[in-house]
Amino acid sequence: MLKLSKYVLYDIVRSKVVLAYTAFLFLVSLSLFNMEENSSKAMLSLLNIILIVVPLISMIFTTIHYYNSYEFIELMLSQPMSRRKILLSEYGGVALSLLSSFFIGVGIPVLLYSPDSVGFSLLFTGVCLTLVFTSLAFLTSVKARDKARGIGFALLLWFYFALIYDGLILLILFNFSDYPLEKATLILSALNPIDLGRISIMLKMDVSALMGYTGALYKDFFGSGSGMLFTAGIMLLWIIVPLWWALRVFKKKDL
Amino acid sequence: MIRVEHITKKFRKLLALNDINVQFEKGQVISLIGPNGSGKTTLIKSILGMVKPNSGKIFFNDELINGDPSYRSQIGYMPQIGRYPDNMKVGQLFKMLRNIRNVPEDKIDEELIEKFDLKKIFDKPMRTLSGGTRQKVSAALAFLFDPDVLILDEPTAGLDPLSSEILKEKILKEKSKDKLILITSHILSDLDELTTHIMYMQEGKLEFFKVIEQLREETGELKLGKAIARIMKGEKFNNEWIDRIFDIKDEKNSSFRRE
Repeated sequence: MLKLSKYVLYDIVRSKVVLAYTAFLFLVSLSLFNMEENSSKAMLSLLNIILIVVPLISMIFTTIHYYNSYEFIELMLSQPMSRRKILLSEYGGVALSLLSSFFIGVGIPVLLYSPDSVGFSLLFTGVCLTLVFTSLAFLTSVKARDKARGIGFALLLWFYFALIYDGLILLILFNFSDYPLEKATLILSALNPIDLGRISIMLKMDVSALMGYTGALYKDFFGSGSGMLFTAGIMLLWIIVPLWWALRVFKKKDL
Repeated sequence: MIRVEHITKKFRKLLALNDINVQFEKGQVISLIGPNGSGKTTLIKSILGMVKPNSGKIFFNDELINGDPSYRSQIGYMPQIGRYPDNMKVGQLFKMLRNIRNVPEDKIDEELIEKFDLKKIFDKPMRTLSGGTRQKVSAALAFLFDPDVLILDEPTAGLDPLSSEILKEKILKEKSKDKLILITSHILSDLDELTTHIMYMQEGKLEFFKVIEQLREETGELKLGKAIARIMKGEKFNNEWIDRIFDIKDEKNSSFRRE
């Protein structure tokens, strides 16, 4: 399996897209830390960029890579190689390259300028989001027959998680504002990995004081040890479930 | 060696394979023939596990093919259209497959690489290769690990006459080693000298599976193409396809004669 991942990685590195992604993240992080005198302000801006860019790039890159390596997958299938192994090594290769981009592009600047608990949870969120959206992209590309549909579906999912979902939550909060919704919003946030990541970092920052009663409740929950476990557990589910589903579809697929 | 039992495959409404039952043994060279879209490639891909049949079972050496891919180490497969990673160089492709298969040096068969002179293009990326050269690479890969079973899907299509002869010679050589060889082709004259068994498919159905001598005896024809045409007519199958081949050939012959 490692052998296969090695070839996947080799192919990805040669395409240079990952290198551009790394450079982009690195430049953004460095310039934010240098522009803002207060490093926590820089972290906030960086957080917002990461929450938008990391899922988008992970999804699009993974989808395109999957369709481009269709020939490779076909070739491997005529070899004594199980489908599970093939898909997992593809996943391993893509995830590893995206993660190393993230570590170099964001990890190094954060460790240099703001090596505190906020910084670490930012890195944790970035890593989780990369893995989650790579999983989701594998699921959509295994399900969709052609490239155009696959990319379209991936973009739609990204829109949903990054933009539409927040709108829906606002709508719910607005319409049911007469009811106690603190617990409900807690559950709703778990249904979107981007939101979950945002909340878990925000509460480590001072800005959480501005969020009123809900913020206090969140801080109570997410600040505690069990809350951290909850975040990590939900993220893990978001990584494993789509990948497992993709594997199931892939095993039954005609190639 | 390979046993296919009641295989049925549907692509949406199209019935690609309709209750196929057949058994292949060592030492046989089977020509799988039939019109386009008769399910030949689907059958081959089912044996390789690339297409999952809706129902039925396939056994390889009496073991049910069911997820465990290890049986494929004994199969060399040459696809109809070889598709390979674009960025990979020819040499890297061979190196990668050897690395993945981890086969000892003495089991490696590089005869076709040498005869096709592929070493010369080892540093060319796959995407720059012509269709025929790609076929050569596919062929060399299929024979590379000296497998017990060879599955060749239209091996000579797109090859120049010289390379086609080299490949045929190689197939004959492997035949003498008591291997199971499965060939699909539309060029019946290519199959004449190689084949021991004929399997004819039409619209997803197996019409007949016969030893070539039997076929020759029954029809009194020596040439494979004519023998099949005879059979088709005698048994009143839909013989339009084979008829048309001979119409075209006859026209050609007569026009040659006129000149």
